[in-house]
Amino acid sequence: MSTPSNAMPESSETTAPAAMSPAHPLYWSVRRELWENRSLYLAPLAAAGAALFGFLISMTGLAHWNLSTLHGMDQRDYIAKPYDITAGVMMATMILVTVFYCADALHGERRDRSILFWKSLPVSDLTTVLAKASIPFLVLPLLTFAIAVALQFIMLLLNSAVLLASGKNVAALWTQLSVTRMWLLLLYHLLTAHTLWPAPVYCWLLLVSGWARRATLLWAVLPIIVIAGVERLVFQTSHFAALVFARFIGDTPSIAMMAPDTFPTDPMTHITPGTFLSTPGLWVGLAIAAAFLAAAVRLRRYQTPV
Amino acid sequence: MTVIEARGLRKAFGTTVALDGVNLRVAEGRILGLIGPNGAGKTTALDAILGLIEFQGELRVLGRDPWTERDQLMRDVCFIADVALLPRWARVSQMLDYVGGVHPRFDRAKAESFLAKTDIRRTSRIRELSKGMVTQLHLALVMAIDAKLLVLDEPTLGLDILYRKQFYDSLLNDYFDRNRTIVVTTHQVEDVQNVITDLMFIHRGRIVLDCSMEEFESRYLEVSVHPERAAAARALQPIHERQLLGRSIFLFDHAANQKIDRQQLAAFGDLRTPSIADLFVALMGKYAGETQGATI
Repeated sequence: MSTPSNAMPESSETTAPAAMSPAHPLYWSVRRELWENRSLYLAPLAAAGAALFGFLISMTGLAHWNLSTLHGMDQRDYIAKPYDITAGVMMATMILVTVFYCADALHGERRDRSILFWKSLPVSDLTTVLAKASIPFLVLPLLTFAIAVALQFIMLLLNSAVLLASGKNVAALWTQLSVTRMWLLLLYHLLTAHTLWPAPVYCWLLLVSGWARRATLLWAVLPIIVIAGVERLVFQTSHFAALVFARFIGDTPSIAMMAPDTFPTDPMTHITPGTFLSTPGLWVGLAIAAAFLAAAVRLRRYQTPV
Repeated sequence: MTVIEARGLRKAFGTTVALDGVNLRVAEGRILGLIGPNGAGKTTALDAILGLIEFQGELRVLGRDPWTERDQLMRDVCFIADVALLPRWARVSQMLDYVGGVHPRFDRAKAESFLAKTDIRRTSRIRELSKGMVTQLHLALVMAIDAKLLVLDEPTLGLDILYRKQFYDSLLNDYFDRNRTIVVTTHQVEDVQNVITDLMFIHRGRIVLDCSMEEFESRYLEVSVHPERAAAARALQPIHERQLLGRSIFLFDHAANQKIDRQQLAAFGDLRTPSIADLFVALMGKYAGETQGATI
């Protein structure tokens, strides 16, 4: 995958301008994306805040917890439910932010004419596109993970505090949740199902954002609808639509992990990275994603204000 | 050293020919004013020089092909277009950080000291700054870059006379030296008359005048003639005539009519070097007439 591994070098504000390593334009280009698109972190933070608020309200019922009547998986489900829901909220937020970011990434600078300024600096089109691609492939998954972990940690503390205060047993909470495993699974799920697997979708959006003069989402979705419609008319099948949908929302869990339940935080889940990495579909998708990115790099050379 | 060299530069947008075989050569240490009416091809020429558009023909800027080597070229080239170009969402401090982070020749202290002379606050967003302030900020960023070529495309468009004057003063006093080259296009030709060293008129994608300012001053003469003697002056084949406050103003091109000399013209009335704007009007009127004549 073309995710830049050197996107975040150790850097300080006082870096001498005279000595410049090749990594700096990439690093500062990623910083530029975060300055320009504050929704990248504001949206996950807002979602986390709202989730926390909801959890606080739900805690009023906590004092009446009676875990002794529940056993085994039932007990675990009961405890884990709020954590699963908040993880789901964070994932959905990430997908939403990613889609809107990618659909605007190479369009915003043309819309506000600032592309003339960016192009007047010694930053290559490759660097610019890689910096923009690093947002869905590196920055957002890690940021979402960090915020989700912080959120769930606060929830755990609040949960424990309430249980303690009402004289209930806290041990069940911590043993049933197996926190570390829950978080590792979340990270794994974010990186496989919502980063690598839908890579062609995100790169397609990036490409269209650099091509369309306006209404980028429309031009990104329209070809898919048209192709799916033609396929339905001609062959009476809907493979293409199913394929795109599967890429976007991700039916990866079946190949990335073996889960008894649909949700990945389940401790019974066995991750199967070997299966995931040896799926041809993953590599085909990444190859298509790389081709889209290469086209976006080439296209940016021709881009002028719209 | 030649900074810009173009031979047979051509660019068409559909059926519209923006550049029609332009030849030009700009040497190091010159300040070239590229003057032309709207749609003459000025911005297209600059875009080609900056690697922003594809073109036909030969073009080398500092020995590089701008279209394929834009990012390397931009280490030595700076560019200011009209003011709407800096990202409106950015803070002043972010712009300083970013340019310092990506540009190997950016001297942040220099930019800071220039900004200190203005009312621009580091924490302001660019959208909060006035048009004049945005230009000052862009100039501060550009002047802190040790570049070889500076390209200015209508840099003072929409600014009041104070900002415009300041802009060119800073450029000449704090930035320009013999190792740098500046190319500027503007409609406010009176602002640059005493700034530029070379003058180029472009019309319908072609260069119609290319001379140094020394040549300009020795070649073109303007004389203000009393109506009684207008007929005699007209006999010397001026390239343009206009009326001003009851007097006829004649513009002579020494290259077109070698017989005239200064003393002869001085006898008719006040003799002076014409403004670029007056020569521009005279020549453009002539070319407009020619092209009309050609199409009829």
